Amino acid sequence: MNDTPFVPSFDDDSASTGRKLAIICSKGNLDMAYPGLILANAALGEGIETHLFFTFWGFDMINKKTMEHLKFSYLGNTAMHPPGAFGVSMPQGMAGLPGVTALTTAMMKKQIADLDVPEVPEFLELIHGSGGHLWACRMSADMMKLHEEDLYEGVEGIISATDFIELTDGAQLLFI
Amino acid sequence: MPTTTIAGRTLDVNEEGFMTNPDQWDEALGAELAKLIGLEMTEAHWAPIRFLRTDFAAMHETPTLRRVSTQAGIAVKDLFALFPGKPAKKMAYVAGLPKPKGCV
Repeated sequence: MNDTPFVPSFDDDSASTGRKLAIICSKGNLDMAYPGLILANAALGEGIETHLFFTFWGFDMINKKTMEHLKFSYLGNTAMHPPGAFGVSMPQGMAGLPGVTALTTAMMKKQIADLDVPEVPEFLELIHGSGGHLWACRMSADMMKLHEEDLYEGVEGIISATDFIELTDGAQLLFI
Repeated sequence: MPTTTIAGRTLDVNEEGFMTNPDQWDEALGAELAKLIGLEMTEAHWAPIRFLRTDFAAMHETPTLRRVSTQAGIAVKDLFALFPGKPAKKMAYVAGLPKPKGCV
């Protein structure tokens, strides 16, 4: 090695080179809430400007009344197997029985908590605190008759799809 | 394994330049590492760095940003202000530790 110290490249100019990520969250199931939150958090940790747009059922992720109570059902998910029991199938019919969704939700929440991954409201705080931008969909708000006061405080505004497309000009986009 | 010389010391580093031997680190070196990435250490900077060191000693793993925030009681926003851009990686570098592996 020569005398110049070998220092990791932190690409501090990535903000100025303008890498942006836009994530559209359209699902309100517990298992479908996490991919967007985890990727947003990872992107923010890499210094990437990140915008999340909550639309349709994804509104449940930012609605104060529902954000803590997202549920997981394996109805319609033929890939479902019990935790760790790969190759063991679970009868689809069972998923529709009363109480099963509560059970599978509790199981999934425990698995997530065991990894020290926060629940949805705390995750939104983490993203907000990391400088992530949270946007609510105008049409969804109108359909559900919801207003800014009904939504998680970190949501910057209720905006139209056009607004979102405008402000994520040049961004990489994920639809979840 | 590559080495590099920083502040007159020969350090074991990985292919990205992160230190691989935590025992080669002390706070004087941490301050030098910080300078190399454009940071001037203050007491506010040292608080999370000291947490990283004690947590790594206990857990054998570099804490993620969220873990630093929840366990050391420092707001994520403040960590971003102290170590702009990529706080988790920058803190790990200054603390002479590997990059955090956890997702969240």
